[in-house]
Amino acid sequence: MDMNSFSPMMPTSPLSMINQIKFEDEPDLKDLFITVDEPESHVTTIETFITYRIITKTSRGEFDSSEFEVRRRYQDFLWLKGKLEEAHPTLIIPPLPEKFIVKGMVERFNDDFIETRRKALHKFLNRIADHPTLTFNEDFKIFLTAQAWELSSHKKQGPGLLSRMGQTVRAVASSMRGVKNRPEEFMEMNNFIELFSQKINLIDKISQRIYKEEREYFDEMKEYGPIHILWSASEEDLVDTLKDVAGCIDRCCKATEKRMSGLSEALLPVVHEYVLYSEMLMGVMKRRDQIQAELDSKVEALTYKKTDTDLLPEEIGKLEDKVECANNALKADWERWKQNMQNDIKLAFTDMAEENIHYYEQCLATWESFLTSQTNLHLEETSEDKP
Amino acid sequence: MEQAPRDPERQLQPAPLEPLGCPDAGLGAAVGKEAAGAGEEDSGVDTMTHNNFWLKKIEISVSEAEKRTGRNAMNMQETYTAYLIETRSVEHTDGQSVLTDSLWRRYSEFELLRNYLLVYYPHIVVPPLPEKRAEFVWHKLSADNMDPDFVERRRIGLENFLLRIASHPILCRDKIFYLFLTQEGNWKETVNETGFQLKADSRLKALNATFRVKNPDKRFTDLKHYSDELQSVISHLLRVRARVADRLYGVYKVHGNYGRVFSEWSAIEKEMGDGLQSAGHHMDVYASSIDDILEDEEHYADQLKEYLFYAEALTVRTFSLKGMTTKLFGQETPEQREARIKVLEEQINEGEQQLKSKNLEGREFVKNAWADIERFKEQKNRDLKEALISYAVMQISMCKKGIQVWTNAKECFSKM
Repeated sequence: MDMNSFSPMMPTSPLSMINQIKFEDEPDLKDLFITVDEPESHVTTIETFITYRIITKTSRGEFDSSEFEVRRRYQDFLWLKGKLEEAHPTLIIPPLPEKFIVKGMVERFNDDFIETRRKALHKFLNRIADHPTLTFNEDFKIFLTAQAWELSSHKKQGPGLLSRMGQTVRAVASSMRGVKNRPEEFMEMNNFIELFSQKINLIDKISQRIYKEEREYFDEMKEYGPIHILWSASEEDLVDTLKDVAGCIDRCCKATEKRMSGLSEALLPVVHEYVLYSEMLMGVMKRRDQIQAELDSKVEALTYKKTDTDLLPEEIGKLEDKVECANNALKADWERWKQNMQNDIKLAFTDMAEENIHYYEQCLATWESFLTSQTNLHLEETSEDKP
Repeated sequence: MEQAPRDPERQLQPAPLEPLGCPDAGLGAAVGKEAAGAGEEDSGVDTMTHNNFWLKKIEISVSEAEKRTGRNAMNMQETYTAYLIETRSVEHTDGQSVLTDSLWRRYSEFELLRNYLLVYYPHIVVPPLPEKRAEFVWHKLSADNMDPDFVERRRIGLENFLLRIASHPILCRDKIFYLFLTQEGNWKETVNETGFQLKADSRLKALNATFRVKNPDKRFTDLKHYSDELQSVISHLLRVRARVADRLYGVYKVHGNYGRVFSEWSAIEKEMGDGLQSAGHHMDVYASSIDDILEDEEHYADQLKEYLFYAEALTVRTFSLKGMTTKLFGQETPEQREARIKVLEEQINEGEQQLKSKNLEGREFVKNAWADIERFKEQKNRDLKEALISYAVMQISMCKKGIQVWTNAKECFSKM
């Protein structure tokens, strides 16, 4: 098992983690380790919610201590994501798991849902920790280390609700003007994102469907073996053969179960994360376009002398810088993201193939040993017949 | 009560109830082209081929199936399938076979043959026919009688039916069976001329009387229980197998969707493109492999079905008075039914009396019936064991294919 920090099952002793790290894109030694576990239900008069325990271990100087333990709820994660997007509008922020899944959910907090969400939240924080820029974000540090009341009071600082709303209105307005001058490389990026989004969504659906079919196959197989046992009860000569067949079917059934769980561990979460990533990416493209649109509208204003133009050249200068920064940040992050995506997808599908190979190997061994035992029996019998 | 029915065995010389005489005597006559069989004794042959002596001499195959249209009894046009039956005689010395007869039969003629054998050989476990209509169908399998796969499986089943009769020491000598293989025209009329349908009722009454005596042979009641259980368990197994097949089909086929999407995705990827494309191809291979796998499994299901039908036939042989009453009389008022039951019981009592006076014949009947049942049991154990082993072989083949496809796919993925 590779000690990938993305694995939620990794051991939590700092020494063991530093020794067993697998290098991703950072040549430097990892110095921030985060785990998300122990979901707990909290009931108040107003609401019920789940908190997750977050343990951080670090050797970084800017942290006051080397170990932190806090409890956070989903809302807190949402806040963190919002702050990161605000601070770095054209960086590719890792996606959060969905608020809730409508299809097939009986109650909001069933065990599978919580476990899936926990793993996704673990992934979310670790991806931030591995990001060369985001890892040093101040809000991120506070999220990991602040006590509950500290976090609340920190959240209340910063732009208030009204100003946030104003920002949104301006953003929508500027995006309505459309993107006239999107540079070529970003056109390409946009096309890729659209197609990628289509395909990854399809793959997500297909993978979920495979899981469902495998589950239904497993359910039927559970009944198949026992019928042979039932049959053996009314037979004499065939008893052993029937019982052996039943045993083989049961073993294959268990192998199917293992294959299913492998699929749900290795493939489904990865594919789904990239579905969410593709939505993120579209958001990033929009924000980049907005920043450029702001510049474009000012340039337009200057050209047509619509308003008081004294301050415009200075504003335009600042905006040009802003656009350049945004574009460069996105370009760099885009390359990094693509590389990660390739690695993750490759690993996920390779694992899935491995699970299937293992499944068929197990079943093969089961039936081959049955066949051998039948052949041996036959040889015994025929040699007994001979005088 | 009518007079004692004429012993139907004597009519038209079907094989009498005595145990095997010289097996080749009837055989030589049947083949026709060889000299009277007395001189061709299979001495020094061990017991296995003794029972299969027909197979040594004669090869029967149902080699083709053909769609035909014709007019039925009500002069309406109908479509049916005809099957070509070829009979070859095998030369003793060099094993060469010569085609001696070939003719076309349809399913209803096979049914007629079987019904005839049932009446004339009440003590024999007559082989069953393959199913008339497709049952235990899983959703992709066609329930259409004209479906080529169904027709093909039925062709094999009909061949199996004829081979089983040919390898039965008593049934193989039946003249009507011989004519079935050799006389295309007029065969139906010949069968009907035996008047076997009329014999059916009295045969069944006589048969029933055997099982209604005060102390029925325990072996027969055990047999009835066994055949009930076998019927029930094989039906259950076939139903679940069909559902499992359905699900397995689903799992394989959904993987085929990966193929299409990978291919489309590879168009926008530079480094990953090739790996995706070729992996997608392997997913397509995987998805399409299930069709052959499940077709093979249908043959396994057919082997089990044969014994399901055997069991059903055994159950019918030992049916109770109640069943018979409903069959004979249908819906009636309780009083009418009471009256008829009384008459029937009187008839049966008289039959019992007759049976007591024909004690020797009765015991002989039971002895022969039981001998055939023992033969049948051994055949069943052999065949079912073989079927289960062939199922394992099929699973092994499926696993090997799976390993190969996924190993190929894994290689493609790891090169992405």
